[in-house]
Amino acid sequence: MSLDLIKVTNLKKYFPLKGILFTKNYVRAVDGISFTIRRGETLGLVGESGCGKTTTGRLILRLIEPTSGEIYFDGKNILKLKGKELKEFRRQAQMVFQDPYTSLDPRMTVFDIIMEPLKIHKIKVDDPEKIVVDLLYKVGLNETHLYRYPHEFSGGQRQRIAIARVLALKPKFIVLDEPTSALDVSVQAQILNLLKDLQREFNLTYLFISHDLGVVKYMSDRIAVMYLGKIVELAPAEELFEKPLHPYTQMLLAALPVPDPDYYKKKPKIKVYGEPGSPINPPPGCRFHPRCPFATEKCKREVPPLVEYEKDHFVACWLKR
Amino acid sequence: MSQLCKPILEVRDLYVNFYTYAGIVKAIDGVSFTVCEGETFCLVGETGCGKTVTSRAITRLVPSPGRIVKGEVIYYTPYGKINLLKLSEDKLREIRGKEIAYIFQDPAAALDPLYTIGYQVGETMVEHKTVKTWKEAFRKAVEVLRNVLLPDPEKRVKSYPHELSGGMKQRSVIGIGLSNQPRIVVADEPTSYLDVTIQAQIMDLLRKLKKERKLTIILITHNMGLVAEMCDRVAVMYAGNIVELGPVERIFKNPLHPYTRGLLKAVPNPLTKIEKLESIPGTVPNLIYPPPGCRFHPRCQYAMDICKREKPRLIEIEPGHYVACHLYSRLYMV
Repeated sequence: MSLDLIKVTNLKKYFPLKGILFTKNYVRAVDGISFTIRRGETLGLVGESGCGKTTTGRLILRLIEPTSGEIYFDGKNILKLKGKELKEFRRQAQMVFQDPYTSLDPRMTVFDIIMEPLKIHKIKVDDPEKIVVDLLYKVGLNETHLYRYPHEFSGGQRQRIAIARVLALKPKFIVLDEPTSALDVSVQAQILNLLKDLQREFNLTYLFISHDLGVVKYMSDRIAVMYLGKIVELAPAEELFEKPLHPYTQMLLAALPVPDPDYYKKKPKIKVYGEPGSPINPPPGCRFHPRCPFATEKCKREVPPLVEYEKDHFVACWLKR
Repeated sequence: MSQLCKPILEVRDLYVNFYTYAGIVKAIDGVSFTVCEGETFCLVGETGCGKTVTSRAITRLVPSPGRIVKGEVIYYTPYGKINLLKLSEDKLREIRGKEIAYIFQDPAAALDPLYTIGYQVGETMVEHKTVKTWKEAFRKAVEVLRNVLLPDPEKRVKSYPHELSGGMKQRSVIGIGLSNQPRIVVADEPTSYLDVTIQAQIMDLLRKLKKERKLTIILITHNMGLVAEMCDRVAVMYAGNIVELGPVERIFKNPLHPYTRGLLKAVPNPLTKIEKLESIPGTVPNLIYPPPGCRFHPRCQYAMDICKREKPRLIEIEPGHYVACHLYSRLYMV
């Protein structure tokens, strides 16, 4: 059995835009990314809005079809899967969505919500009620919640229900797409801890998508930083924060509000400026070059590849070769 | 700090209720604080704790079905004190937007999509008679937008909001707020819709403007990181009460209220290694039926009998550092 559960190579997703007459434009949401996710680890995916992190998550689950590239799950190319095999993949790879206010059907009870995936996959169970109650206990709810509707729950509780629904199918891999950004901090900590506990208990592999670097660091073993459809840096979590190599990662860290007033007395002065360009007409060469203080002529012309600069520490920058 | 404080705004014993079909929501339950001239004062707390309502009540902007039940908001003008809650609507309009300006959370909603940016900046100045003619207003709008570091202001005054990015929109909104040289700016989560690199730029801008113009900023946020970065003094709110108030350093170094402590431990600090985040059990109470006594007691691990009966008052534990918690009132009352 290979160490990697998921292997992605040169994945691209272009969304077509309506053009004038025959000119065609594309939103290059994901533009040639490659990475692996190891068994039992959490890979964090960070970046600003519009950088393609959610699209990446959806591509890996084959919720949308990629323009090109390959995705291997457990050694199988999931883009070639059909019929039974595809359905089995859909059972093993699940997703928790950002907004628990829209991801639960308001007309279904908690029991129905959690049973639905089992019905879809035609998994026979002897005592459905017991299974659902067990799952509810796993996520910190109990049998009194069984026949209630989503509107009776707070945001944190709803996210717990969404997690229980995902666990019902005993998946191997879960994409967590900003699972706590709709929640308050005190509740966020509860959900993050729950996800960590469940990962240990069920030996789960996570792709954790977030824009909050603090949260991503807490959750992840390794972190990939995305900018305009490309991965610019990928490194173990601690190392990324201690030794960020890419100028964009450095800027992101400098921009981060840190809950410690002492930090601001000796804050490193990296100037943060500019805005991410548009994924419709991304800058040529390195996408970050218009905002990069170190940009050279080469950066404007050629796209830097993602290379292993140090062991396990990948970066896509012409300065770090 | 407290000796140097020259008050500019004082909120005294403010109560705000929302009259809904489900019942009366006691959103603000006796909030008092003083903002000093030239400082950045933060109201921090989770969704529904009343930070936004408090900030809006300052100039009676509480939306229906909300009503200010009682309280005073004293505004210190150079000529004397005024109670803003007793002022006539006409007089209040002269202060709101001119001396006390607002920057709202969602820049896309704060701008009117049918008017150019230049018109919207100019309108505030014409309305408050800081300029005499519309022609002058348009000319000044360019200047205002340049001051908030909007790139290419000559061109941008003619743009409509949809032509601008989120960061540029928020800069324009800040421009509108500052166009009349206000003394106080109330910034209600000004960056929560923006990306971190844009947020950092907006915060730099606010800091720069504060220094240049000796602005007083009331910053409302749920982000403890921003509090540490921006604020001089902080008021931590929970379920319509201020539970702790003090200088930012003391709040972070020596948090006293169990809620503040929980809140600080629940935020993952990206620069330290955390094995396990501590969370606060339970959720924010329903304020139609708020818990009696201290509103935090159902979630508090130190709750005592008295907490269920009596509402704790804010008491001063160290200079300028106040807390509303029975754990301390016992110690210091005797």
